[in-house]
Amino acid sequence: MAKHIDAKIVGDLVANDIGFVTTVPCKQLAGVIEVLEGENRLLHVPCNKEDEGIGLCAGAYMGGRRPAIIMQNTAIGVVVNAIVTLIQYYQIPLPMLISYRGEVGEKVACQVEMAVHTKALLAQLSIPTYHFHKPEDADELDGILKHTQMCKKPVAILTDATFWRTAQ
Amino acid sequence: MIRFEVLKTLLPVFGDHLVVCNIGLPSQELHMLADRPTNFYMLGTMGLASSIGLGLALSQPKKVIVIDGDGSVLTNLATLSTIGNNPAPNLVLLIVDNGSYGSTGDQPTYAGRKTSLTDVARACGCDNVVECRAEETAKAVSDALDSDRMTVIVSKCESGNVDVPVIDMNPVLIRERFMAEVRGE
Repeated sequence: MAKHIDAKIVGDLVANDIGFVTTVPCKQLAGVIEVLEGENRLLHVPCNKEDEGIGLCAGAYMGGRRPAIIMQNTAIGVVVNAIVTLIQYYQIPLPMLISYRGEVGEKVACQVEMAVHTKALLAQLSIPTYHFHKPEDADELDGILKHTQMCKKPVAILTDATFWRTAQ
Repeated sequence: MIRFEVLKTLLPVFGDHLVVCNIGLPSQELHMLADRPTNFYMLGTMGLASSIGLGLALSQPKKVIVIDGDGSVLTNLATLSTIGNNPAPNLVLLIVDNGSYGSTGDQPTYAGRKTSLTDVARACGCDNVVECRAEETAKAVSDALDSDRMTVIVSKCESGNVDVPVIDMNPVLIRERFMAEVRGE
């Protein structure tokens, strides 16, 4: 069941003219995806794998719709080449809303294995990275989305278990 | 008939349509034959031509032709289910199926052995899938453009390449001039 925070996140996407969203589901992102499904001001096209989603986003951008991708941090292991050779090389703005699995509150030990690499990989790729830990951190989303369009880069927004547990 | 010869037959069909072209030799051959601002050349990122084309077709009304290859589609096979479930009437996906990874030295792909991309596309929910011989490709693409229905064309051609220079264009220039065409400027 979607919460207010899920509607707020989607509302910020719409307010920033994001017109195309692709997703690979994560339990933490279920509420956002539920809201997206009912939002007719943007096009939601689920993808099977996150690098495919990056391709969809590049095409949508060239078609005149601002894209966003929503995925889990495990996807960082999938999308490196697509981000570097397509999004960064062609200078396409792409907000990436990422569930930061494997942080405090995680129940699945294996998720920690990717969590310990997440920020290091994003830093290695020179991707501007923001981390939502407390509910009020989400107030920055509007500014981050504007910043993404301004700098024409992929930008990562990590959202951890504490954020999703405490945000209403 | 090899891919380069197929591309030559397609030039009159492309007209002013938007073309998203696969990485490596296909883009280099198209660039040498007829560089136009309506061509989007992939300089990297194997496998994503069909995904870029679908995102583009779903986001604006102009017709989009994707020139893909059997090896690249095999790399991103699930793309066919995304295309099949989100049909864009303005999308033509041309899979130049020469049964080999042309850009890397013509190593054989599984599409040249037991795997039928035509059957895979149909099983993935693509409603209009046409398999044709290389010589029939231009007519198949032309018919698909006229039909206003999302069409997947699997063109069975011979393996082989011609000598072409690499593309040294700036990627941002490729994207920006392409986007200007999308906007109709």
